[in-house]
Amino acid sequence: MQTHKYDVVIVGAGGAGMRAALESGQRVRTAVLTKLYPTRSHTGAAQGGMCAALANVEEDNWEWHTFDTVKGGDFLVDQDAAEVMAKEAIDAVLDLEKMGLPFNRTPDGLIDQRRFGGHTRKHGEAAVRRSCYAADRTGHMILQTLYQQCIKHGVEFYNEFYVLDLLFTEVDGVRRTAGVVAYELATGEIHVFQAKAVVFATGGAGKVYKTTSNAHTLTGDGMAIAFRRGLPLEDMEFFQFHPTGLAGLGILLSEAARGEGAILRNSEGERFMERYAPTLKDLAPRDVVARAMANEVREGRGCGPDKDYVLLDLTHLEPAHIDAKLPDITEFARTYLGVEPYTEPVPVFPTAHYAMGGMPTTVDAEVLADNSQVLPGLYAAGEVACVSVHGANRLGTNSLLDINVFGRRAGLAAAAFASRAPWVELPSSPADETVAQLEGIRDRSDGERVAVIRRELQETMDANAQVFRSEATLKQALSDIQALKARYQNIAVQDKGRRFNTDLLEAVELGFLLDLAEVIVVGAMERKESRGGHFREDYQNRDDVNYMRHTMAYRTGEGVRLDFKPVVVTRYQPMERTF
Amino acid sequence: MTAVAEAPAASSVVPSFQVTVRLRRFNPESDTEPRWEDHTVTMHGTDRVLDALHKIKWEIDGSLTFRRSCAHGICGSDAMRINGRNRLACKTLLKDLPLDKPITVEPIKGMTVLKDLVVDMDPFFEAYKSIMPFLITSGNEPTRERRQSPEERARYDDTTKCIMCAACTSSCPIYWTDGQYFGPQAIVGAHRFIFDSRDEGAEQRLEILNDRDGVWRCRTTFNCTDACPRGIEVTKAIQEVKRALLFRRV
Repeated sequence: MQTHKYDVVIVGAGGAGMRAALESGQRVRTAVLTKLYPTRSHTGAAQGGMCAALANVEEDNWEWHTFDTVKGGDFLVDQDAAEVMAKEAIDAVLDLEKMGLPFNRTPDGLIDQRRFGGHTRKHGEAAVRRSCYAADRTGHMILQTLYQQCIKHGVEFYNEFYVLDLLFTEVDGVRRTAGVVAYELATGEIHVFQAKAVVFATGGAGKVYKTTSNAHTLTGDGMAIAFRRGLPLEDMEFFQFHPTGLAGLGILLSEAARGEGAILRNSEGERFMERYAPTLKDLAPRDVVARAMANEVREGRGCGPDKDYVLLDLTHLEPAHIDAKLPDITEFARTYLGVEPYTEPVPVFPTAHYAMGGMPTTVDAEVLADNSQVLPGLYAAGEVACVSVHGANRLGTNSLLDINVFGRRAGLAAAAFASRAPWVELPSSPADETVAQLEGIRDRSDGERVAVIRRELQETMDANAQVFRSEATLKQALSDIQALKARYQNIAVQDKGRRFNTDLLEAVELGFLLDLAEVIVVGAMERKESRGGHFREDYQNRDDVNYMRHTMAYRTGEGVRLDFKPVVVTRYQPMERTF
Repeated sequence: MTAVAEAPAASSVVPSFQVTVRLRRFNPESDTEPRWEDHTVTMHGTDRVLDALHKIKWEIDGSLTFRRSCAHGICGSDAMRINGRNRLACKTLLKDLPLDKPITVEPIKGMTVLKDLVVDMDPFFEAYKSIMPFLITSGNEPTRERRQSPEERARYDDTTKCIMCAACTSSCPIYWTDGQYFGPQAIVGAHRFIFDSRDEGAEQRLEILNDRDGVWRCRTTFNCTDACPRGIEVTKAIQEVKRALLFRRV
């Protein structure tokens, strides 16, 4: 076992982690631990853009952006946090440009902007061009640019280090962050990193679902580690299903396609979004569009031999326009479905995309230890966190914005904390639990396969906790998850080696997924209303009297315990959500 | 390829077929040298090589080791030598390969194999870092964005697409034989900045690439261009850097 000591340890090297590292690394001694090489992070898969009210191409202001974020989030957004994000969006985009990000340009040489779902002018009057973009590769460009800046500033990375535990030490009766335990994939060695401040930027948990736009590696590690250490998870029942995943595969086709004019059609060729969202139509927020698509299929107007998808029609767009603005996603359609988007509509269906919930934080990315108290020295940013700026449904482009605004804030806050805080002793035998867990799995000679349990988990989540949910389906999901958790106790891996044992790490990741799936389902059962991404067949309306509150899930010996806390409302009272 | 009817319960027939995958395996903890291993698996319609590797790992041999993440050609983790050509496993559809004989899957060449399909990527990333891959400017930062016309932006668009998968560098015969050569990817990375109208570091980068291990080692075999899963015209980018060096003008 090796021990290291840094002022700040950042876990994860996607957009949020690297943005934090750029701030922290220039102020205090900082290490970034990442289970992938930084450029492999899933920020790179984001396509459509990053919204900011630059007003480069038409009138816009950050207050409209705040309103859209709150309404898009179905009024579960903490409005003070949304205001911070929308205000700082402008500098966040300009900062990236100054770092070298190759944005698309207007004829005048300014950053170009385009329409995106739920982003409007004058509080919903019409779609506004707010998304700053680089073709349909905006996430790729952000990831590359931040990595390039990390090289410039000499940020220290530990690549292919899996963080598996978070360490606390009690000082005068208060839990303080002491560091993390990591597993080095290349050697199988355990490393303990002592740190004054730890930033979790580990991303999402899309792999709880079978059909997902998420990478294989998005297994909710940070969320699950925090939860196991007794920290709450907020609003986990809210999961976003992106409307346009490639049918059957779940690979993301950006909303930018609809922003550039593409239209969703059912088997009758009808532009059905006109019925569901008369003003914004295909550019309504994602939960509205995903539900409409699923409903068309359910009512028999799906396309294809099994009538199980709808069509995304780009055929009326000029091929040159498609090539300039949407080159990657059209290539996905060609490569993976053999469909030529110039001339044929593309089969699409909702795909699990984004966790609105996560580790609760303040606007300075400080993680909460309970419903209100900050845990000294612990920070979180990006999809792992819940500030909450996305509420019950995140607007498109607001995730790339979130990672930049709150990644930066996390880096600044962690560095400031580390500059003034004294060192905290590591707990005795800090890695024992991690080693016992790993060796327990590695040493078991006979047991069930990880892949079998994972597939069953993903199948029950797709069947029972997806776009449409009910008491009955959620009960089924919960009983399935609990049975799978029991079976998980008896898994075995075939790879018994030390080096690059991905078999072992997949087993650990499955444990994270099982814990998180349970939190999602328990939260969804308790929330007897429909709001944003959470739709209950048996409670189809939003219920502000009883449920305009955040869910706080805690781990106990008897299972998941739920608590609640109020939503921060500043400017906007809940209103009917029509688009 | 043998077509097999799906289970009758399925409402539509997804063609399935048998695929034999011939894997280059090497475990430094137990093997003294690499060996070949065959597995035959049943795959479906639009499955990719990555799906076959997952099927083998998840159902037959958990110790098979490879890198992957996004599974749709964006993260750059799973460049491999498939039937002798560098490709991304997640972007190579099985049905596009000849299935009457085994599909060979090997680690990319020119880099140290650490286990099975996993190679040591550190030298590759070090080469990239050495060409100063970040925007270099002087003077005060503007308040708003730096202006750049759509034409200026288009000048370096192609090389911004790079996902650093190393398919190009590990297909280059010069790179195989000469461990010092920067390799195509690092030159692509330099090109992206050299031709960016906002950047002022072209001279420094060109000087680095003028080195004996720099662009002049390129023999224009076009392997890199053929290998690039992003369709970047790598050889052209290298030629443009050479020309910029000859005429000291970008």
